[in-house]
Amino acid sequence: MSSTFLGMPSLPVFGSGNLHAAESFPKAAHRELGNAQLRANLGHATHTIRDKRLKVVSELPDWEQLRDAGSAIKQSVMARLPELLEEFEANFTGGGGVIHWARDAAEANEIVAGLVRATGETEVVKVKSMATQEIGLNEYLEEQGIAAFETDLAELIVQLDHDKPSHILVPAIHKNRTEIRDIFLREMPGADPELTDTPAVLAMAARAHLRRKFLTAKVAVSGANFALADSGTLAVVESEGNGRMCLTLPETLITVMGVEKLLPGWQDLEVFMQLLPRSSTGERMNPYTSLWTGVTEGDGPQNVHLVLLDNGRSAALADEMGRSALHCIRCSACMNVCPVYERTGGHAYGSTYPGPIGAILSPLLTGIESEENSSLPYASSLCGACYDACPVKINIPDILVHLRSVDVDSKRGKKKLPSQMDVGMKAASWALSSGKRLGLVEKGLPLGRLAAGPDKKITKLPGIAGGWTQSRDIPAPPSESFRSWWATEHKATEHKTDTHKTEGEQA
Amino acid sequence: MSARDDILARIRSALQDTPEAPEIPRGYRQDSGLGEDELVELLVDRLIDYKAQVVVVPEAELPATLAGLLAGASSVVVPEGLDGGWLAGFDDGDVRVDSAAAPLAVTELDAVDAVVTASAVAVAETGTIILDGSPNQGRRAISLVPDHHLCVVRAADIAGILPEALRRIEGTRPLTMISGPSATSDIELERVEGVHGPRRLDVVITR
Ligand code: SF4
Repeated sequence: MSSTFLGMPSLPVFGSGNLHAAESFPKAAHRELGNAQLRANLGHATHTIRDKRLKVVSELPDWEQLRDAGSAIKQSVMARLPELLEEFEANFTGGGGVIHWARDAAEANEIVAGLVRATGETEVVKVKSMATQEIGLNEYLEEQGIAAFETDLAELIVQLDHDKPSHILVPAIHKNRTEIRDIFLREMPGADPELTDTPAVLAMAARAHLRRKFLTAKVAVSGANFALADSGTLAVVESEGNGRMCLTLPETLITVMGVEKLLPGWQDLEVFMQLLPRSSTGERMNPYTSLWTGVTEGDGPQNVHLVLLDNGRSAALADEMGRSALHCIRCSACMNVCPVYERTGGHAYGSTYPGPIGAILSPLLTGIESEENSSLPYASSLCGACYDACPVKINIPDILVHLRSVDVDSKRGKKKLPSQMDVGMKAASWALSSGKRLGLVEKGLPLGRLAAGPDKKITKLPGIAGGWTQSRDIPAPPSESFRSWWATEHKATEHKTDTHKTEGEQA
Repeated sequence: MSARDDILARIRSALQDTPEAPEIPRGYRQDSGLGEDELVELLVDRLIDYKAQVVVVPEAELPATLAGLLAGASSVVVPEGLDGGWLAGFDDGDVRVDSAAAPLAVTELDAVDAVVTASAVAVAETGTIILDGSPNQGRRAISLVPDHHLCVVRAADIAGILPEALRRIEGTRPLTMISGPSATSDIELERVEGVHGPRRLDVVITR
């Protein structure tokens, strides 16, 4: 089938599931910022990983060429997505696997539950997967009477603590070792009361806890890091061996994967397997990577399923400026370098996808008007650190700015009355459009000093600007604007005189 | 409309601006240009960094070396295609042979002390060993469940960098890439060796 579009263009269909901020980012961030322990844990972890990443990235003389290749490969995948999906489907099916397509989270959940039910089992072991987190699979399975056991150490910690992940690579990054020890003591049946908080000891406790589960599990659910169209091969990148356990020992393997995870072929793997480990855990290579192509007789699961998930990806693809967000390989480098993420943590973003990538991906998948997601594109100082760190060169700052304008347009379309923001922006555009007007506005500066009072601080601004002063004071405006000071100073130097204007005087 | 047709139609509709698929610039390194001595040295360095134990021996000394590394182990599992002579030094031990036709049960694998396998190819720069399920490497489960993995790498099978190594591999085989013993970085992002996979990885490089 040709990939040229022939039909009527349809409206984008957005995704659902754990992709929403339940409250606006400023509100959630305000609360999270009050948690000093969280900030200390995050600061420690993100700085550790930043240093490691820089060290292993600087070892490679061709890092930039790898990024260029990675970026172009992903761009090409998006342009050729329909034909690549069909090619992948044919090869995966030819290898003995079964493909299921899911339009959204609900459909994917039903498919997985149905597949588990067909095996007669009521338990599944799980390898860490963003896609199943996104669709809320564990919760759905629980409702259906199926228990899902997370096996990745960080996921296990989060699950035992009845908490939510706050980072895509290290979901328990917001917990320190002592907190983890306490969770194990409280929630892990049979945990040694003498358990210490040494990471190696904690890892051993997790090993003992999950061993029996691995050895007896009949059904596993996984995600996938890559899928190769030309062979139907799937790849899972991991560290602990829990992935290998799930992908190798059970009889039935159900993988859930977003349609954007495709790569054209084997040769592309050499690019991404160099980019991903160094960007994510800061290692030259992750301990284990498993690749499988359908069913191998006598080795591994004999019932192999793949659920291909849209859930808003086609809608993100329809946004020409935003579609490159789908290039993301979920390495987490962007959140590890983000000054906003480092302080607020992942929970403030609401969605499964936090940090800079989450701030663009979540609203692209759900639509900007969905719940509180319109506040996410503002959760950034646009410093550009994420773009520099991204192994596939997603221009996150550009997409943030684009989504802000989408947000403003959508709000304008919805509202009859101009918002405070619109009024403020209008005023700014009026003032900034000519030097004369700006000068007029600047004449009001001494008024601001009056408002500030004797301590020279403004502690409460009215209206929309109030959000800014909720957590900080603004120093009183200077008595004289920079432009006015420059004009005076410049003139003074020109005339080689020494006549400094006294404070408060206008040029 | 089926979900499949629906999704493909949505994607086609999303691409109605017909974005171009760019040429892929493959200006990155295709090989390392290193000779065998340097490759061995680099691989050893990288494996030690991952806390694997590594020895380099002439092929003739392999049986004695393996026997030494297996000191203390009473049982070992091997894939059916493993060179029978390799375990000549482990003659008083219990050697169990696994194959797809006669697979050992998971509980049996869990009870043996160690596993010995060959390997398909290694990557010096990243300290990675790739198993491809050939008869001398066996089913994926045997190199996973036992707690001690002894893996033999021939010097001739060491590639410098990943692209070279992947060119030597058939991508549709069941593949496992191994870079050190199992590890986690999940607690404060510090690497800790030894979680669910083998906690001890010994690599014997023969030349
Ligand atoms: S956007 Fe880039 S840096 Fe961020 S997780 Fe995705 S691939 Fe990594």
